[in-house]
Amino acid sequence: MWYLCVFYHRLLDYRRPEVQSLAELFGGPGAGDAVEWRMPENHHADSPFHLVRLPGDESLAAQIANRSLLVKGIYELWGHGATYEELEKAVREYPEERKLPYLTPESTFKIVVDSFGKVISFPEQNEIIKSLTYIPFKGRVNLKKPDHKFFVMETDDYGCNNGLPPVVQRTTFFGREVGAADRHLLPTYQLKSRKYIGPTAMDAEMAFLMANQGLARPGKLVYDPFVGTGSILVAAAHFGAMTMGADIDIRVVRDGRGPDCNIWSNFEQYKLPEPLCVLRADNNVPPWRPGLKEIFDAIICDPPYGVRAGGRKSGGRKLIKGTVAPYTVPDEKRDSHIPSTAPYSLAECVHDLLHLAARMLVMGGRLVFFFPVVREDGVTNLAKYPEHPCFKLIATCEQILSMRYSRVLLTMVKVGPYTEVVEKAAQERHREFRENHHKWMEEGNLHSAVFSPAAGQAADGKPFIDRDSKPKYRGKYV
Amino acid sequence: MRLLTHNMLASNARGAVTGYPLKLQAVKWSTKEVEPNPYFLRGILPKLDWPALVAATHALGLPELLPEAPPTDAELSAEGAAEEEGSALRCLHRALLEIHIEEGTLVCPDTERCFPISRGVPNMLLHEDEVRN
Ligand SMILES: C[S@@+](CC[C@H](N)C(=O)[O-])C[C@H]1O[C@@H](n2cnc3c(N)ncnc32)[C@H](O)[C@@H]1O
Repeated sequence: MWYLCVFYHRLLDYRRPEVQSLAELFGGPGAGDAVEWRMPENHHADSPFHLVRLPGDESLAAQIANRSLLVKGIYELWGHGATYEELEKAVREYPEERKLPYLTPESTFKIVVDSFGKVISFPEQNEIIKSLTYIPFKGRVNLKKPDHKFFVMETDDYGCNNGLPPVVQRTTFFGREVGAADRHLLPTYQLKSRKYIGPTAMDAEMAFLMANQGLARPGKLVYDPFVGTGSILVAAAHFGAMTMGADIDIRVVRDGRGPDCNIWSNFEQYKLPEPLCVLRADNNVPPWRPGLKEIFDAIICDPPYGVRAGGRKSGGRKLIKGTVAPYTVPDEKRDSHIPSTAPYSLAECVHDLLHLAARMLVMGGRLVFFFPVVREDGVTNLAKYPEHPCFKLIATCEQILSMRYSRVLLTMVKVGPYTEVVEKAAQERHREFRENHHKWMEEGNLHSAVFSPAAGQAADGKPFIDRDSKPKYRGKYV
Repeated sequence: MRLLTHNMLASNARGAVTGYPLKLQAVKWSTKEVEPNPYFLRGILPKLDWPALVAATHALGLPELLPEAPPTDAELSAEGAAEEEGSALRCLHRALLEIHIEEGTLVCPDTERCFPISRGVPNMLLHEDEVRN
């Protein structure tokens, strides 16, 4: 069935993928792909009003809306029009058998008037509600806990950008609410009131969106190889998933800021089950036993890319100085020795992450991670995203961080099995990265190899770096 | 660290052949109750190395906890198994998820390299001269 889906006006790129992920989560395999979208006539793609066709019955739509962060509400649309006359005509034409069950005398209801891009005063709202007499409401009004909630939503025809996407023509929608987001989560989980946070802790809203992209739910196991203070796993655990994490930095994963302020206390604070395990390990040299594979349902992470906090890997001085005089740790110092580390190039970090995911995710499991992209003159270079034979990229959601950087949340699904061929290729590449450490430090970082415009020549000679300019709203990217 | 994690880890230091299974030497461990999830346990069972899990329970002095052969899927899905004290499902759940090793060591069977577990966190990081080329 088609519904009206009204979004919050934020994180625009994340909105549709979130709905599709939740469709898959609640509707089962294939339900995400079955979702269809349309824009109402005269609406800009950034408009909060979208028409969505969801598989299954209404309870699926309700589940999606209730778990989502970015859906303000999903509505059964009874009609819309440019004027109140047109709206009346449309609602009258909407089939009686769809309307009458919600208008019965024994039910309670409430009508809310909402607007987008304009303010409607209370007296005006009352006028609008009174004008709906052509709808035979038989039930009693109950403002607190109505059985059925109806919405009148008006958008103005301010034409161009006043902080919101342009609407060419005024539209009024009338619909019955099927489900709405619960953003109460956000004040509860905001970082401001979290006990243990670090400079790169993921903000609560983004962590929940990532957990939704990863289909976190009870009975599933979610892994974060760059766990830091655990903010992503907190979100996954809130949705009932079991969690596991690793980090190279022992101070972050074990010590925190003391016995009551560490990863574990973050889970305790929200009464969530603590992670099954937190490891100190380097994702470049992962400690998994031979033969172990396909055990995680999702890998969700914010890798160390150097934009804010650079990655490190084992092998320190030896890699940096070369093999001329390999450093050996004296035996008497082994227990207290603090291993030195070498910088971890972006290209290698991404390679290791994809390999980890290819091996350790179940078929159909999801890899959700941030990928940095360079912007120039306030415009994003559409970079080539990482690829892997075991994965299909299903969503790319950009969040602009500054004039110079964006980060793109990539969602990939494991579609191919982890075979010997895949394993051999990864080992080969791992060796190549180690042998050419210096070369990769120069070429494998943000401003080169992966992103450099010079490398971006497609076969036909045209640069594949396309430019994408996003509109700002009230001077900000949303 | 729980025994599920122990079942997943190996030493990847230079000189290790398989580096597995790591010998478990627990200095301090405790039991914390966790809600059993039969669906999760049934999914994880085929991924486990059963003999290594049994050996780990023995190392903790719990030789009675797990049988020599893994439970069958039918045993795990039996009606009421999650509630029944001592059922195959509850024992598996207890072994995998309710035992927490707080302090101890994981020892590589090939090289005797010790990986310390402190405050519940196994430290699997290698020294720079242990990383394989
Ligand atoms: C961007 S932060 C992630 C922060 C995390 N999302 C949080 O909530 O605090 C990246 C983390 O990766 C860790 N890291 C860097 N290099 C690593 C490596 N080679 N293996 C594992 N973790 C690494 C850093 O210590 C840091 O905690």
